[in-house]
Amino acid sequence: MARRYDSSTTTFSPEGRLHQVEYAIEAINNAGTSVGILAKDGVVMASEKKVTSGLLAPARTSEKTYKLCPHATCTVAGLTADANILIDQARLRAGRYAYQYQEPIPIENLVEHVCNYKQAYTQYGGLRPFGVAFLFAGYDIHHGFQLYQSDPSGNYSGWKATVIGANNQAGKSLLKTEYGSSSSSGDEMKTDENPAKDETEMPTTVEALRLAVKVLNKTMDGAAASPDKLELFAMTLDEDGNCVHKILNAKEVEAVIAEVESETATAGDS
Amino acid sequence: MYQQNLDKIAELSSHSAMGVSGPNCDLVNFSELGTGLSDVTPHLAPYHDQCRYISKNLALYELSNDGMKLSTHAQANFCRGELAKALRKGPFQVNVILGGYDENVPNGGSLYVMDYLGSCQKVNYGAQGYASNFTLSIMDRDWEEGLNEEQAVKIVEHCIRELNMRFLLNQSNFIIKVVDKDGVRTVKADSDPTDN
Repeated sequence: MARRYDSSTTTFSPEGRLHQVEYAIEAINNAGTSVGILAKDGVVMASEKKVTSGLLAPARTSEKTYKLCPHATCTVAGLTADANILIDQARLRAGRYAYQYQEPIPIENLVEHVCNYKQAYTQYGGLRPFGVAFLFAGYDIHHGFQLYQSDPSGNYSGWKATVIGANNQAGKSLLKTEYGSSSSSGDEMKTDENPAKDETEMPTTVEALRLAVKVLNKTMDGAAASPDKLELFAMTLDEDGNCVHKILNAKEVEAVIAEVESETATAGDS
Repeated sequence: MYQQNLDKIAELSSHSAMGVSGPNCDLVNFSELGTGLSDVTPHLAPYHDQCRYISKNLALYELSNDGMKLSTHAQANFCRGELAKALRKGPFQVNVILGGYDENVPNGGSLYVMDYLGSCQKVNYGAQGYASNFTLSIMDRDWEEGLNEEQAVKIVEHCIRELNMRFLLNQSNFIIKVVDKDGVRTVKADSDPTDN
């Protein structure tokens, strides 16, 4: 039944669905996983690099992580070629805003602009939607550090932690139990003088990196984690209040992987 | 014949105001009144629209961005950008002084002086129009870091007295507005702008 209504992006099905958009979202579920985690002092994004062949020329640029402006970076899950177009749009928008107002663009503003661009391809022109989901990490003075997720429909939402790409449901369920229950904060007894805080305790960037690797370990399903399969990114502020975008080098990635390994190895011990 | 008592200081947003000067400044309509002005001088309606463009765009930003306010710095640069764009199309014939209050700025207040060519400068004190010839030197002497509102208003009054004394074309009918953490308010108005 859906067959008649799924070839045109600009047509609703009788059940009120846009099949092309849904298929685009499906395409991303086969793409390399990307996890984003909001920390007290920054944002962390970790991505699985799908394409690893010995014949590939050593990459100078990333296939997953892209800087959009001095205070925002995104990771991609899906069709990289589609993503490139949208990343150009985002960079243009950030630059034009900075020219017009001589101020950094508020992150939600930037995300909404990219999403509006994506939405147009679900409503006009008869062109297929973009097969890309993004995780946007950014900082502005209005709301501090922020993490947003967007998908081919042009929908976006802000998250404390989320996963896109392959096995994202498994990743998200791990985050639900593990995010905000860092070992340092979980020990206090909930008494009347100390009622349970409804807000979860945010991890530090260092803790968030470890959690991100844990999530990827789960979604990569037993494949051994290694620096050439993982890309770790962290955004923090330096002492002058400027954003620092850091893609960890192989040694640093190795160190985080090792820490996670030792943590899980001792997890059962009391 | 110029209007004697037009209020040339428009409230741009809750915590910023813009004063204008220039040959057509009295035609430029900001205040809510003045929608009648285009009826009186319909051939000048484009001028009215042009300047409303700035204040309405700033209002639109707040509406579109969930109440997020543009900082004074951003408002001034936006205004300057519009002046610059208009320059090679149909220039605004106004010079602008824009002042505003932001919480995250040291001492809160900031002042920007712009002209119809699109130049923009953040200043401690400024003047546009013939007044500048007389008042800039006064403010050069009187201004210092850390003035409170009372002292600042005294300097403005000093400038006004000087104009009354020395400026031949002066119309002694001034309005003084203050922008602070509580917003924009009028502290002194010689003749009520709402009286026609």
